[in-house]
Amino acid sequence: MAFTQSAEFQQFKLSQLIYDTRFRSYTIQLFVLIIVLAALYWLLGNVVDNLAAKDKDINFAYLFVRAGYDIDQQLISYTNDSTHLRASIIGLLNTLVLAFAGCVLATIVGLIAGILRLSKNWIVSRLIGVYVEVFRNVPLLLWIIVSLVFFSETRPQPRDFRVTAEMAASGQEPIATMMFNNSVAITNRSNNIPSVQFTNDLGVIDLGFVSVSVLFLATVFILVASYFTNRFVLRTATKVQWDTGVRPTTWWKSLSIWFLPLGIFFWSMGLYLDYPVLGGFNFKGGLIISQAFMSMLVALTLYTGAFIAEAVRAGILAISRGQTEAAYALGVTPSLTTRLIILPQALRVIIPPLISQYLNLTKNTSLGIAVGYLDLNGTLGGITLNQTGRELECMVLMMSTYLVLSLIISSIMNIYNASVKLKER
Amino acid sequence: MAVRNTNLAFARDEMLEAQLPPTSERGVIKWTRENLFSTPLNAALTLVALYVVYNIVAGFYPWISNSVWVADSQKECRDIVTGMSGEGATGACWALIRARWHQFMFGFYPPTEYWRPILTLSLLFVALAPVLFAGKNKSILILLASTTFLLFVTLVLGDGNISHVVFITLGMIALTALGYLAPVRLYWVTAVYPFLSIFLLWGGSFWAPFGALIGFVVWGLVYNLLQERFEAVVSFTLGLFFAAIWWFGLQGFVTDMLLTGLPLELEFVDSDRFGGFLLALTIGVSAIAASLPVGVLLALGRQSDMPLVKILSVGFIEFVRGVPLITMLFTASLLLQYFLPPRTNFDLILRVIILVTFFSAAYLAEVIRGGLAALPTGQFEAANALGLNYWQAQRLIIMPQALKVSIPGIVSSFIGLFKDTTLVAYVGLMDPLKGVTAIVRADMAWKGIYWEPYIFVGIIFFAFCFGMSRYSLYLENQLKTDHR
Repeated sequence: MAFTQSAEFQQFKLSQLIYDTRFRSYTIQLFVLIIVLAALYWLLGNVVDNLAAKDKDINFAYLFVRAGYDIDQQLISYTNDSTHLRASIIGLLNTLVLAFAGCVLATIVGLIAGILRLSKNWIVSRLIGVYVEVFRNVPLLLWIIVSLVFFSETRPQPRDFRVTAEMAASGQEPIATMMFNNSVAITNRSNNIPSVQFTNDLGVIDLGFVSVSVLFLATVFILVASYFTNRFVLRTATKVQWDTGVRPTTWWKSLSIWFLPLGIFFWSMGLYLDYPVLGGFNFKGGLIISQAFMSMLVALTLYTGAFIAEAVRAGILAISRGQTEAAYALGVTPSLTTRLIILPQALRVIIPPLISQYLNLTKNTSLGIAVGYLDLNGTLGGITLNQTGRELECMVLMMSTYLVLSLIISSIMNIYNASVKLKER
Repeated sequence: MAVRNTNLAFARDEMLEAQLPPTSERGVIKWTRENLFSTPLNAALTLVALYVVYNIVAGFYPWISNSVWVADSQKECRDIVTGMSGEGATGACWALIRARWHQFMFGFYPPTEYWRPILTLSLLFVALAPVLFAGKNKSILILLASTTFLLFVTLVLGDGNISHVVFITLGMIALTALGYLAPVRLYWVTAVYPFLSIFLLWGGSFWAPFGALIGFVVWGLVYNLLQERFEAVVSFTLGLFFAAIWWFGLQGFVTDMLLTGLPLELEFVDSDRFGGFLLALTIGVSAIAASLPVGVLLALGRQSDMPLVKILSVGFIEFVRGVPLITMLFTASLLLQYFLPPRTNFDLILRVIILVTFFSAAYLAEVIRGGLAALPTGQFEAANALGLNYWQAQRLIIMPQALKVSIPGIVSSFIGLFKDTTLVAYVGLMDPLKGVTAIVRADMAWKGIYWEPYIFVGIIFFAFCFGMSRYSLYLENQLKTDHR
């Protein structure tokens, strides 16, 4: 019996590279690869030519040169004698602080607004609707600038708070007063709130790059220990519940585990609140929050809060009415229905858009240059770039930092998302 | 058989007239009780909300009601307000907007040429009308008629040249009539609009954008001719090849000849004179139009079976989504010169448009990927079973469904893009928010004015963005095919 020639043994023709789906993808990919390589070659060649023409090179040594500029908000010690690298790290920390505070506050605002927008209360849901639409449809930059104008140009001057002897005698009120029982002063120069201070000092550990307060380390240690003890108590309670069917009361145990050790430690360290007081031309003492930080925080919180409110609303609406009805049919109370049945399911829908809002907020902190907030974009991508003239290096460093930051946030949130996701086979 | 109780003195045997429900169960009282005071918590919320509303109204009403529309300086505004309502009264000073509206709208565009951006914007609506309201002649008529009316008003206010006003208005009326009678014809306006708008906005020779358009026509013709005999990819590439020959070889020569023979020219306006909403719209509209096709391609690349294409698309999308737009804009203004041959100098607005397009395309790609993921695999398989090739399947089966699903996401990306055009202030362009407002507020005559310019700019942005989001709701309803 003779073998008939099957398709596989046909002579390979060149046109098969285009017409045969088995080979076509290789042709296309080869083509794409050539184009990409050619483009890269052209771009890099241009970079080399341009650098040669401008008599420049690619060199990151400038990072270790004295920066020579001041940054008013610094989480680790910094003077204008520090290096550009340290200035950039200060900037990065400022970005992180703003992003963290913004995310926390925006989540609170968004959660409340999202739930209230679904309220049956006509006036409340309309009011929240107006808030959400107004903030979503107007550029963030406008909110940032407007809140800066609000804080720095329309708030009273520090001297308006002064009560002179004759004013006190005649019972006349000063133009402006401090809020919250004389503890918070919002002036056109800065915002002063009470700060937490300790009379006893445990000293610092110098790590070379940063020095860490022992007190801070001890606090962190106590919190971590409390967390694990609390977890142990809760697990024991669950075990008892499995064995006996009755869950022991744990709330007072949890509360005391969280607050007692910390309270005793703080008390022994001599905790007190340092209130801002008017002295000279300005408020002194307390924690000073700069206008730049304040206006960025307010604008980012309200803007992102509006987006989160929409995500929350969509998440709650996505849960079908049958879930609530089924819970009621089983005799579950309304508050437990919300907590145990609606929210866990809604959370699954809410978290993916929430992640992207957190990412957006983090990236939007780079608008701090609008109000002179020295974040990463203001230090590395702003003053350092202008002083050293090294655009290429600064931009590459800055973009990769933001990129890494985004990737870290999205991976953390994705892990959380995986933990609340519907567990299927 | 009903047993009648004979002990009763009276038994009614006809129906009573229907009565109104008790007052507490009807009308305003019932509505108020159910919607505002159903539970103690609800009642508390209502009171808080009323308090908030009262504070907002009480805070703003005197300021708004004391508005001053005509004045030459902030001081004059204050004097008028004081004269009207006494010492210490506050009032909005809209006279600032009145005095500087041309800067908010056009930046430093030459005043004698204002008719060009106005006409460009009106033609934008003509070009968009058949796309936005396909098959709805009445909606097209309403849109175009109101555009024509606004065009007339702005031309009279901003230009004043009688012949401009008459000719342009008559042309727009003709287009409106065409839009009502034969809306499909308006697609011609849509097709030439990109080239026409470049000519109108920047000026210079008419034949340069015309030549660019001819290149695309060549591309399309070659593709159509060869499509019968070759694979789509091949004829597409050959078409591009011939178009490139035209653009880089012949076009310059031919357009120069045409210019000497028929000098159709407008005064050239340099990019650095663009500003205000003219700039925001130029960047926003071009980037929106360009980013959708790029976004679709990136989304398809991310779904591709070809590993190389997939890696490149994923890398691009994730990189762009990971960095703030402002760093991309800095790249456009500081770094792009490093990547181009020495001494190339191309327009800053164009650079910004390209970078904003890439930026928004990456976000769009993710939105469209979501739409693609929402399609059941059966759709892809059915398209294959029908013998459609990849591009036919995408064009006829996949994309119409995927894009429909992703309309809300696409539109919110567009809204985000339009809002982000304000960031171009940081690369030295005069956006309406920071660029123009900073100039206006720096003027000594208007020193001390806080809110009015921001409210004005904010209202215009709100109108555009809110309009877009409402349109997306309308479109979703129009395209809804399920029977729910």
